[in-house]
Amino acid sequence: MSNLIVSLSPHAHGTDSVERNMYGVILALVPALLVSFFYFGIGSAIVCLTSVAACMFFEWAITKYLLKKESTVLDGSAILTGLLLGFNLPSNLPVWIVLIGALVAIGVGKMTFGGLGCNPFNPALVGRCFLLVSFPVEMTSWPVAGQLLKYTDATTAATPLSVMKNAIKTGDASCLNQLPDSMSMLLGNPGLNNGAGTVGEVCALALLLGLAFMLWKKIITWHIPVSIIATVFVFSGILHLANPVYASPVAELLSGGLMLGAIFMATDYVTSPMTYKGQLIYGVAIGFLTVVIRNWGAYPEGMSFAILIMNAFTPLINAYIKPKRFGEVIKKEDK
Amino acid sequence: MNYIKILLNGIFKENPTFVLLLGMCPTLATTTSAINGLSMGLATMFVLICSNLVISLIKNLTPDMVRIPVFVVVIASFVTILQMIMQAFVPAIYATLGLYIPLIVVNCIILGRAEAFACKNGPLQSIFDGIGMGLGFSLALTLLGAVRELLGAGSIFGIGLLPETCNMLLFILPPGAFITLGYLIAIVNKFKKA
Amino acid sequence: MKKLESSITNMVIVLVGVALITGAILAYVNHITTGPIKEQAEKTLTDGIKKVMGGGEITVTGSDPYSQTVDGKELTYVIHKVNDAQGKDLGAAVESTTVGFGGDLKVLVGFDSNGNILGYTILQTAETPGLGAKAETWFQKDGKGSIIGMNPSAELKVSKDGGQVNAITASTITSRAFLKAVNNAYSAYKKSSAGSQNVASNDNK
Repeated sequence: MSNLIVSLSPHAHGTDSVERNMYGVILALVPALLVSFFYFGIGSAIVCLTSVAACMFFEWAITKYLLKKESTVLDGSAILTGLLLGFNLPSNLPVWIVLIGALVAIGVGKMTFGGLGCNPFNPALVGRCFLLVSFPVEMTSWPVAGQLLKYTDATTAATPLSVMKNAIKTGDASCLNQLPDSMSMLLGNPGLNNGAGTVGEVCALALLLGLAFMLWKKIITWHIPVSIIATVFVFSGILHLANPVYASPVAELLSGGLMLGAIFMATDYVTSPMTYKGQLIYGVAIGFLTVVIRNWGAYPEGMSFAILIMNAFTPLINAYIKPKRFGEVIKKEDK
Repeated sequence: MNYIKILLNGIFKENPTFVLLLGMCPTLATTTSAINGLSMGLATMFVLICSNLVISLIKNLTPDMVRIPVFVVVIASFVTILQMIMQAFVPAIYATLGLYIPLIVVNCIILGRAEAFACKNGPLQSIFDGIGMGLGFSLALTLLGAVRELLGAGSIFGIGLLPETCNMLLFILPPGAFITLGYLIAIVNKFKKA
Repeated sequence: MKKLESSITNMVIVLVGVALITGAILAYVNHITTGPIKEQAEKTLTDGIKKVMGGGEITVTGSDPYSQTVDGKELTYVIHKVNDAQGKDLGAAVESTTVGFGGDLKVLVGFDSNGNILGYTILQTAETPGLGAKAETWFQKDGKGSIIGMNPSAELKVSKDGGQVNAITASTITSRAFLKAVNNAYSAYKKSSAGSQNVASNDNK
C-alpha cells in the first residue's frame, strides 16, 4: 500500500478474491491436519470430515431453501469453518455432536446474520463454544494421542491446561511437574499421562508452519498473532515470576488452542478490526483475556471465549480507530 | 370497542413479548422450563388484571401529576399480596419463581398498560385488556420455556421426550434464552408477513 | 365524573389515601398468610429430615446449633436430633455448608446413632445444571456414587483422591465439596454427641 495512485477508470484488478484467501488459509492448515492424523488417527479423520461435510451441507441448504440466494458453498468459507471447527473438538467426539456443532456454526453463527461478511462472531468458535457449554462432559474428555484405530472408545486423560488449572486451585506448584516438557509440546505430545487436547492444537510447530505460509502469501499480516502471543508471554511470565503456581509462559504458549486461536481464529477477516493499530489493540486484549480466563475462570481454556469477546468489540474498535483519509490535511492550530 | 378485539389484540397483534418486546427480564430469566414460564405468565396476568381494573376505577380520582406514583403503589401492593399468597399456599412454585415475583412491579407491560389503556378506558374493557395481554405474555413465556426445556432438558412440562445424552445444556443457561427468543421472534415475524 | 385537578391539596389527599388503603390491605393479607408461611417452612424442614432419616414415623427432639472450626474458619452446623415413635434414639440430621463450584452448597445429612449415613438432601445449591447439580441424585442409594450406608469415621474421598466414592463425571470440584460437607457434618455430630454424653455423665456423678 506504499504507493497509492488514484487514476481514472478503468482500474486494474488484483488477483485477490474471497476464494484465493480462503483456499490459502485451508492450505496453511494442511500441516496441522496431517499431524493430527498422525497422532489421533481415525478419530481425527472422522471428526474433521464430518465437520467439513456438514458445514458445506448446511451452508448449501440454508442459502438455497431459507435465504433463496445464490449458493456460496464453493467460496471456501464453509470448508474453512468446518475445518477450524473440527480442529477445535476432541477426536473422540460422537458424530451427532459434531453435526450439531456444524449446524450452530453455520446456522446461528453465520447465516442468521446474513452470511459471509455480515457475521459479528467467528462461526467456528460459536459452534465450539456452543458445544463446550452444552456438552461439557463430552467436550472436556480428551483422548490420549497415539490410539490410531480407536474412535469414541479411546482412553481419555487431562490436558496440560487442566493440570495447570489444578495447580492453581490446589496452590501446589509440584502438580506442574506432570506437564510434558516444552519440546514435546512444540512437536506434539505423544501423551504418556496427558491427553493431548483437540484435534488441531496437538502440535504447535505445524501451526507455526501455517503462520509462516500465510505471512509469505500475504493472506494475513503479523499484527494480530504476534500481539496475542507477546501479550500472553509477558503477562503469564509476570504471573509465573510472582508465584510459581502459575505455569511458565512457554508452557502457556504451547498448550491448548492458543496457537490455533492466535494464528487462524483471531485473524478471521470478517470479525477482526480493519486497521493495524486496531488489530494490535484487539490482539493485546485477546492475549490478556485468555490468561485471565485460563488462570481464574471456570474453564481451563480461555482462548475461544477471549476471541469471541473481542469479536464483539471489533465494531467499536473500528469506529474509534479510523484510518486517515487519503488526502486529509492535518489541522493547524489556530493562533 | 369490541371486547373480543381487545382480547385478541393482546394475544397476537400487540403480543407483549414477541411484538412489543416488553418485560424482557422475567421472560429471559424464568423460562428454564415450560411450567416455570407458565407460572410466571399467570402471576403476571393476575397482577395485570387487578391493576388494570383498579386503575381504571380510580382514574378520575387521580390527579394527572401524581398518576405514576399512584399506579406504582397499586401495582406494588398487588405484587406483594401475590407474593405472600404464593409463599403461603404454593411453596413449590414460589421456590423457583420467588426471586422474580418482586420484579413484576417493574415489568414494563403492567405500567405500560396502566398508562396506555386502563387510565383511558372503562373497567370492563381494562379487564379484557389485562386478560388479553396476560394471555399473550403467558403464551409467549410457555412457548419459550417449552422450547428451552425440550432442547436443554429433553422434556416438556416434565414429561421426558428425548434421551438424557442429547440434552443441550446451553438452552437452560442464560445464552439459550437469548438465542431461543431471537429465533422465536424471527419465526413469528415470518408468519405475520405471510 | 370530572377528573380531579392537580392542585396541591388534591394530590396530597389522593396519595395519602392510596397509601393508607393499600397499607391496610397489605397488613390484612400479611396477617392471614403469616401462619401458613411459617407452617410451610417447618414442613419443608421436617420433610427433609424425614427423607434423610429413611422415612417412617419420627419426632425431632431438638435442634441445636453447633460450631466447629474447619480450616481456620468457624462454621455453624444445625443438628436435629431424631427419635422414632417409641422414643428410641435414631440419630440425627445435620445441616452442613461448604463452598462448591458455583457458590454455597448446603446439604442435610442423616446419620444413625453409629454415624452411618442414612440419606441426604441438598437444601441449597448454585452448581452448574447438568454437571454439579447432578449431586442431588448422584450420591443417593441408586446413584452411581452412592454414599448411603457409609461411615465417615474414615474421611470420605473421591476415588481420584484415593477414596472410595465415585465422583460426578466432569464435576470433581462439586463432588469434593459435597463429601467435605458430609465429613464436616459427621464430625460435628460426633463431637456434639460426645460433648452431651460427657455432660450427662458429669450429672450422674
